[in-house]
Amino acid sequence: MKRQIPYALVFLFGLFMVFQYFVPHESSEWAYEFLLDWIMIIGIFALALGIWSLFHLSVEKIRARKEGHGYSYITLAGLFVMIAFGFTARHGESWGFYLVWVFTYLMTIMLAARTLAASNEPGKRNMFMVATLGFLVATIAIAIFDDSWSFYFYTSEGLENSMWRRFFDFVMMPILSTMFSLLAFFIASAAYRAFRARNVLATLLLVAALIVMLRFNPWFPQMAGLSNWLMNVPNLAAQRAIVIGIGLGIVATALKVILGIERGYMGKG
Amino acid sequence: MKYMLRVLFSLVLFATTAVLAQTDVVESDSTTVVTEQTPAPVSMFEAKDKDNDHGHAFVLNWELSADDGAGLDNVLTYEVFRWTPNISDSIGIIDTLLNVAIVDNGPLNQTTATDAEQRIDSLMTAFLGPLANASAQEKGARLHELRAAYVERLAEVHSAYPANGYWRKIKVVPFGTTSCEDVGGKEPENSGYIPDFTDYYYRVDAVTADTLVRAESKIAGPVQSSGQWFNTGRVPVLCFVIIFTILTLYFVQAAKKGTDLYVRPLGGIEAVDDAIGRATEMGKPILYVLGLGSAADVATIASFTILGRVAKKVAEYQTELIVPTYDPIVMSVAQEVVKSAYYDAGRPDSYNEDTVFFVTQSQFAYVAAVNGIMLRDLPATNIYMGKFYAESLILAETGALAGSIQISGTDEIAQIPFFIVACDYTLIGEELYAASAYLGREPVLLGSLKAQDYAKAAIIILAIIGLIAGNLDWTGFTGLFEVTN
Repeated sequence: MKRQIPYALVFLFGLFMVFQYFVPHESSEWAYEFLLDWIMIIGIFALALGIWSLFHLSVEKIRARKEGHGYSYITLAGLFVMIAFGFTARHGESWGFYLVWVFTYLMTIMLAARTLAASNEPGKRNMFMVATLGFLVATIAIAIFDDSWSFYFYTSEGLENSMWRRFFDFVMMPILSTMFSLLAFFIASAAYRAFRARNVLATLLLVAALIVMLRFNPWFPQMAGLSNWLMNVPNLAAQRAIVIGIGLGIVATALKVILGIERGYMGKG
Repeated sequence: MKYMLRVLFSLVLFATTAVLAQTDVVESDSTTVVTEQTPAPVSMFEAKDKDNDHGHAFVLNWELSADDGAGLDNVLTYEVFRWTPNISDSIGIIDTLLNVAIVDNGPLNQTTATDAEQRIDSLMTAFLGPLANASAQEKGARLHELRAAYVERLAEVHSAYPANGYWRKIKVVPFGTTSCEDVGGKEPENSGYIPDFTDYYYRVDAVTADTLVRAESKIAGPVQSSGQWFNTGRVPVLCFVIIFTILTLYFVQAAKKGTDLYVRPLGGIEAVDDAIGRATEMGKPILYVLGLGSAADVATIASFTILGRVAKKVAEYQTELIVPTYDPIVMSVAQEVVKSAYYDAGRPDSYNEDTVFFVTQSQFAYVAAVNGIMLRDLPATNIYMGKFYAESLILAETGALAGSIQISGTDEIAQIPFFIVACDYTLIGEELYAASAYLGREPVLLGSLKAQDYAKAAIIILAIIGLIAGNLDWTGFTGLFEVTN
């Protein structure tokens, strides 16, 4: 029964999605949008599980003192600082005890993680627990008595918080851009490996690549036509063949899932 | 040719006007006033409900005015009019008041322009009467009530055509155009809402350069919009789905009866077992990356199946498996898949719940985390299966630098070349979907592969016939495969 109900649901909703594609009526659209809303609802619950997984894994690394476990502290700090900034905002120009609150809040989280990590060492665990409670009391006290900032759980003020924006714009974005820019170097190294003329096919690849690379070179205008032909005829033909294969594969897999032939996604091979 | 000349003439006229406008020289009174002659109206004008849609839309068709591209050749545009009851204007004003004056149940916006404030106040008074001085929340609620009442009356006032209404211009299309669509909103709360089963009337004017000189068409209507229960434009797709389903079921049944189905071997799949063995011998972990797809992507679903097979082998060989995930739903499913695989392998005690973990939903932060794992833990084997985007090469090149054996598979066309150059084995497109069948060698799964092969053969044959038909202009044949909407 535990298995049969999910299969029945997959069959039912899978079949509905197939029919929905052929039924443009408003009722069908409404049902489709209703089901899509459920994906968001499930996603929000799953996100909580995801954050717990990340927290648990980081604590485990700290507890086991694995190589590079210091990064886990940074991960936890980054996660909880952004959550704090996202749900709080200052009222005016005054900082009050806002940053002190962020510090005590962060210390509470870090020490709580340390307490969990030290579960096998009672002495250390008690010490960290006392410290956690101390910082927790300080965090709550500042939150109650400091009037320079407030919590905003249901409005967008948190996202307009200057600290949240600054961390995002000046820390997060440059780091992400750096990661993306690595792609340029990896393309060069991958191209070097791919274009070594080891056999006939690799040589063909090298020649084709040279022609395509010279497409925009003003000294070889005649390459533009040849390059366009390469891109629009043999390349496009191969791509279309792959796309047709992918389309058939998708339909076949979807069919197998709906009919219960493919059960791997439920942990049943 | 005439169109070209007309466009050229317009350009020259525009350029001359622009130059003259910038000259300080005062021209003498030599302007010639050209009087436009009234053009012929459009003919065969009809308005009908749009086919194969959810309703709330009309299609308008007409034949060109005799003076469009011929005759006087003076039609520049066609203006499309819809008969609109006055009540629609009231709905429009309420929408503006709600958007400009009241931000749903919030305070009145601060408006510095005094005349704007006064106009808003007078409109408020006109609509709300005694409530004009009420709180913003009360005003908002009352306006919403009024709007709903007006919307409810739309069908009734439309049926009273032509009383209490006027012709509103809804579209302007250039000369040479013979059709246009009037697509309205489907929610009564939307501005531009067109209710179904309500009488609508349309008119098209052929307009000359002098917009006062125009010819009105006959009125089309009453016409009502409604949603359809079947999209006839997708019949070819339905036929294909039915044929493919029958093929798949036939081959699955044949496989169940014991028919031997040959499928060509895939290098990438056969390498999976060797790669797991290598990791076991080296005492190093196996990294399995599910990509950036959601659990709803078919590529990710296929990847779950492969993960199950890999996890089962890993459990049998007692090797470490690392599965960092990008999507929390994918994480939950992958955890269940790996857990079941350990149970199936008879090693439930070896299952570690941290084998599958969530990292982040930021693309390059995820890449940074996975690259960190590759460089710190130096996995013996990296397996990338699922949906990949710009991160594919960064992951695969880092894995290559770390000296891991790499097996990849994706249905993202743009990423396949990257994986091919940086990985040892790559499953191209559909091979990813076929992988689960290859790994399991289960007859029912192999049956679906056989159906795919036959479908591909049919597509090749049809493509060749289509090529010939296209060149010989056999529209009857090519039209069979036309999918609209």
